[in-house]
Order: sequence, then structure tokens, then C-alpha cells
Amino acid sequence: MSEQREPVTAIETPIYLKYNFTAGEATSRFLSQVKEGRLVGQRCPSCHNVYVPPRGSCASCGIPTSEEVAVSDKGTVESFTIVWIPIPNNPIQPPYIIANLIPDGANMSFIHLMSDCVNEDVHIGQRVQAVWKEREDWDYGMDNIQYFTPIDEPDVPIERIGHMPVEGWGNADSVEGEQP
Amino acid sequence: MSATDMTEIAIVSFAQTNCVGDAGAANEVELIMPVVSEALGKIGLKNAQDVDFTCSGSCDYQQGAAFAFVFGVDALGAVPPIKESHVEMDAAWALYESILKIRMGQAESALVYGFGKSSPGELPIVLSQQLDPYYLAPLFVDNVSLAAMQARQMLEQGVCSEAEMAEVVSNSRRNAAANNPRAQLSGDVSIEDLLKEDQWLAPLRKHDCCPISDGASAMVICTVEKAKEWGVPYAVIRSIDHRIETHNLGARDLTRSVSTEKAAAATGVGDGPVEVAELYAPFSHQELILKRALGLGDDTSINPSGGVLAGNLMMASGLSRIGEVAQRIIDGSIQRGIAHATSGPCLQHNLVTVLEAA
Repeated sequence: MSEQREPVTAIETPIYLKYNFTAGEATSRFLSQVKEGRLVGQRCPSCHNVYVPPRGSCASCGIPTSEEVAVSDKGTVESFTIVWIPIPNNPIQPPYIIANLIPDGANMSFIHLMSDCVNEDVHIGQRVQAVWKEREDWDYGMDNIQYFTPIDEPDVPIERIGHMPVEGWGNADSVEGEQP
Repeated sequence: MSATDMTEIAIVSFAQTNCVGDAGAANEVELIMPVVSEALGKIGLKNAQDVDFTCSGSCDYQQGAAFAFVFGVDALGAVPPIKESHVEMDAAWALYESILKIRMGQAESALVYGFGKSSPGELPIVLSQQLDPYYLAPLFVDNVSLAAMQARQMLEQGVCSEAEMAEVVSNSRRNAAANNPRAQLSGDVSIEDLLKEDQWLAPLRKHDCCPISDGASAMVICTVEKAKEWGVPYAVIRSIDHRIETHNLGARDLTRSVSTEKAAAATGVGDGPVEVAELYAPFSHQELILKRALGLGDDTSINPSGGVLAGNLMMASGLSRIGEVAQRIIDGSIQRGIAHATSGPCLQHNLVTVLEAA
């Protein structure tokens, strides 16, 4: 009989699994457009909401979204947070801003960074525009956009956030008519 | 579970994608949505809002995408929120959970679906990670090697012959060609020709092993009262039972399936004629084990769809076996049949369902 020794509290069993991962058909189409500097969402044929980035379905209706819709790289702040703590392995130094942004022509927000701004002045309804990397650095990724920066346009009232047409304030008369 | 004094539950709809070796770029939502909407659409339903409960089966290790099943909810129309659950198992067990949910009185209808995209990874290696984490998983023992050891035991003990294994494959290919347009492998191959092929993981030849497939299947179940209210034809789930064996392969008699024998007795497989049996046997010799464990004779048509040797949608194949039998009852071609689902190495965990006409 072996004598009882110290309890074994850990063993190392490294696991390596290789995958040929694919992003999905809808996501692949979106990323191919982002590589060309364009944001292209998809519209639900039932509720007419436009999703950016699209996943190929309307999460509300549970049906395929096949109609592709170009949206603007201008948008509106739906919400934001100021990050004060360093995140391990994140090269961005705090304080920085993560925001829920809705591009003009879309109805759902996505998350991106805001920069080139006075953090204390950032607010819901604020107008922003994408700052793209140099064209030769574009790849299949949302980080082709470095960040969004405030632009000198009137704020969007709360009830209109998520209902701006692709022309933004440039065609303000159509705002009501574009509501889904 | 026996049907005595319990709510009778009906299968009213079933749909499955084609079994394909590589579904390309399609993500989980793009795999699920067509079968979910087909299964719902067949009986006039639109989305998951039209049933009381939704339950799915999948395994994120297959495609290597963490929480892929959560994204799958995007295929359902879950606004406003729905009652939903998931098993990290074949969707046959999602059906089991849904039956419990209905029998507890918390739902009258349920959508059940399973999906698997196995092509992105090396499936046999991925499946090594379902083994005991201290002794076996670190060795990366793949499921095909384990099945090969099981087959060798059977051959050495004279439980079956290589010709009988080849006959299983030949029948699968022929049945798939005749009855299953969604099959991945089908055709007319003789036992003699199959036996001429080289051994792969001896004594298994490549054709003794199911192919690796991408795809999904979906089913709608409800109380018999609800099926009558909807005015749709249905198959009755007479009984369902599942049993599991130990992780320790050395402690099992791999030449038989005691868990299937027990599930068969509990479900009353032998209480009536078995016209059709759809068996989840990923390797040819395992069909022979299951046939004996379930007490099936030559009057039973085994795997008229071709079974999983014709295409194996990991995490959906078990549900599909049940759907294949239900479909034949719904279309009136049979009165009574059984379906089997399995999980784990060498038929570790087995589920048996008895289905009957109304």
C-alpha cells in the first residue's frame, strides 16, 4: 500500500484543437464590403429593421434577411461608457470610450470606440463619424475603422435615435417617413 | 417513462437538411433557420412564438465556436422573449427534456432542433475530449480507434463477422439511394466489393465508419389534444427511456449494449410488432449490437433511411432517427416503429423511443 501523500491539486493536460473557422455567409458578405470601406447592413423583410453588422437573420422575427442595404459611416451615440481601468492585453490606454452607435440608415446599434473627443462632453444623441485607417491597411475587420469622432451636427432627439435615414440630417424631412 | 396516466404526446412535424460534408461558410443560424421554418411551416406555424417551449441540442466543440448555441436563438424569432433551453448533447435528449416539460404541465407544445457543423475541426480528435479528463482525454484517444477495439473484440469472440459488417454498409447505401434524398452516401455496393477494400483503423474499413456531415434537423411536438386542435396528422410517442454506462471502457462488455437492453425493456419495444427501427449506429458493427440489444428480428426494416452510415449530423442524428420513424407513421406507411439515439464512445449512452400511430 502506498502511503497517502500531499493531495494532487493540479495536473497539466494541454489541449490543442485546430479549426478552419468560417464567419458565416452573411458575415462574410459584410466583412468583404468592410474591406472596401463600405458598411452594408441587411433589412428584415417583415419588420424592416436594418441590422449592421448582419448575421443573416432578423433576431426579432426569426427569418432570413437577404436584402442588403448600404448605410452611412456617420451615426448617432445611443449609449456609452468611459473606461477607467486598464484591460489586460488591450493596447488602448484608459480613460477611453466604448459606445453603442447606430449608423444612419440602420436601426440597431453596434459597439465601437470613440476618440478625438472631450470625454466629458460625450452624450447620448451626439453625432459621430468613422475615422478609417489608411486604405492600404484595410482588411476583413471592423478595426478598419480606428474609432468614431464627434462631428458638428445637431444632436438627434432620443425618440429619433435608430430612425435616421441614410442621408442623416442631410435630408431631415424624410426622417419621419423612414421610421420602420 | 411509460404512457400510463400521463399526457400523451404527439410528433406533428419533422424536417432535416441535406447531410453535406462541408456546409461552407454557413454559420449556426444559417444552418438552423431553414429546417426550423420548414418544420414549423408544415403545420402552419410561423416562429418559436407559436409554441410554448423551445429546446436544442448542439456541441460548441464541433465547430470551435464558444456559445454558438446562443447565437442560434437568432434563428427563432425570440422577441418577445421565449422559454428556451439547450442540451450539450444530441437533440434526441432535447426532445426528452421537452417531453418532461409538457408532462409537468408547463407547456403544450415544443420546438426541438439539433445542429452540427463538424467540418471545421477534426471530429474524431474533438470527440476525444468527451472522455474522462484525467486518464483518457489527455491521450487524445479518438472515437474511431475506440470503436475499432470494440469491433475487434466482437470479431475475435465470433459475435459477428466482417461479412455481416459489410452487409450493414451495403444495406445502408441501398436504403439511402431508395428512400433518402438527404443522404450523403448512397448507392449499390456489394458485400464482396466492400470486403476487398483496405482496412483503415483495423479491423474497421473506412466504409464501416459514418461520414462526417454538416447540417440540422427540427421537430415539433405537442399534446395529442393540441394536435387535434391544430387538425394535423401525428405520431404518438408511446414511451421513451435512456440509460448510460460507465466512463470506464474497461469495465464494460463492449460486445453488447446493456444500456440499450434496459431502455428497450423499459419502453416495451417488444410489446408489439416493430415495423421500422431507425438506429443511431455510427459504425457498422454497432448496428449488429443494437439489433440484438433491441431484440429485433428479420421482420423489422432497419434503417430504411440508410441510418447514420449514410450521413451523420452529430447532435441532430438522434433526433433525425426519431423523425424518420415519425414521418413514416404520419404518412400512414407504418403503424409502429422504434428509434434509437446514442452518445459517447462505443455506444455509452442510449435512448430508445417507441412510436405508434394514433
